[in-house]
Amino acid sequence: MVNWHRLANPTLFLKWSRRILPWAAVATVILLGYGLYLGLFVAPPDYQQGDTVRIMFVHVPSAWMSLFAYSVMAGASAAGLIWKSPLSHLTAKAAAPIGASFTLIALVTGSLWGQPMWGTWWVWDARLTSVLILFFLYLGYMALWQAIDDYTRAAKSAAILALVGFVNVPIIKFSVDWWNTLHQPASVLRLDGPSIHPTLLTPLLVMGVGFTSYFIVVLLIRLEREILARQAQTMQRAQARS
Amino acid sequence: MTPFVQIITRDVRLAFRQGGATMLVVVFFVLTVTLFPLGVGPESAILQRIAPGVIWVAALLAAMLSLDRLFQVDFEDGSLDQLALAPLPLELVAAAKCIAHWLSTGLPLLVISPLLGVLLNLNGEAYGALLMAMAIGTPSLSLVGAIGAALTVGIRRGGVLLSLLVLPLYIPILIFGVGAIDAALVGLGESAHLFVLAAILAAALPLAPWAIAGALRLNLE
Repeated sequence: MVNWHRLANPTLFLKWSRRILPWAAVATVILLGYGLYLGLFVAPPDYQQGDTVRIMFVHVPSAWMSLFAYSVMAGASAAGLIWKSPLSHLTAKAAAPIGASFTLIALVTGSLWGQPMWGTWWVWDARLTSVLILFFLYLGYMALWQAIDDYTRAAKSAAILALVGFVNVPIIKFSVDWWNTLHQPASVLRLDGPSIHPTLLTPLLVMGVGFTSYFIVVLLIRLEREILARQAQTMQRAQARS
Repeated sequence: MTPFVQIITRDVRLAFRQGGATMLVVVFFVLTVTLFPLGVGPESAILQRIAPGVIWVAALLAAMLSLDRLFQVDFEDGSLDQLALAPLPLELVAAAKCIAHWLSTGLPLLVISPLLGVLLNLNGEAYGALLMAMAIGTPSLSLVGAIGAALTVGIRRGGVLLSLLVLPLYIPILIFGVGAIDAALVGLGESAHLFVLAAILAAALPLAPWAIAGALRLNLE
């Protein structure tokens, strides 16, 4: 017999997510389009960095998202371990590849920016190293999901790993303040207000919201796939049993 | 003898006996360090420069190498089930296992590291920092590594996965361990780095056994 109780909650979610998804997708296209237009055509070139400053409009939001996605993953993992809600573990699983991709984008764009600005593709400073660790944490998390066949065990093991790795997130966030590194300190989220000029800050924030919206869209799609795959599996097992 | 101490003595005894982990780990440690002069050439200035990093990386790999034996053998012969059923909380069993792992791998690595320092021409004033950093850092290696070992305990060929899970978590310990020695070498004083290592240990000591026990319970279900 299919365990309807477990399916009830995800079914409700699917109804919901299908309602939200088109709106979020439209919002993503508009925000990213507007953000790119502002960033590439409206924003003036920086007096020191010239046009390379425009890399920032992709680099900074993806770096934010890399931490945000891990926080979502860790939060969902904790919720899954504490309340055993069926969707939590799947949310964490669905968020991991997205976060890993954002981390990779942040690393690659940072490297592309670093070559003309710092004169090197890569430096082993605290921020870069800790973001690289974050990337490996994502990989380890996904590998653990892959390695264990049993769903419940895989979910809980991966959740424990996600929570252990969460220690790295505050380290990344504050690494540029704690250590005197080549990477510039925080310039948007500061107590005394952003230190970026509005013409550069506006496209950055628009891109940031756009990236978040993109994250939500992809997360919903991936989550839907995960739920459907789980349901298909449950039904197959039920059929095999009867 | 309390059950806690009994687990420690049992594990340490097993590790030191023939075919146990300790000999292997120490040999691996020395062998890995020996490879570096062969690889980068015998100039003592270069060796001196890279000595802290080489010793730490080799210690890290050696500690990791012994991790998959930490729970795997007990898991396979069923004694882990018995330990889980015992009145002693599984968290304390995990802590005892970590202490035994440190006594049988971390401590021998610590003892032999000055010798490797000599082989690599490490400067005289760095030995205090090396010993202190290893003494504070290697227990964290055991504690953090045991989490990975517990997570992968039921997995066939979990060794490679184990390294993928554990090595990223080891990086902060490596950074500050090497940082302490480097700071001592340039005369800046190693205490700041040692304090960070101590902070990592202070966080890992209560939290890691908790996570290990959680992971073990999952795999014993």
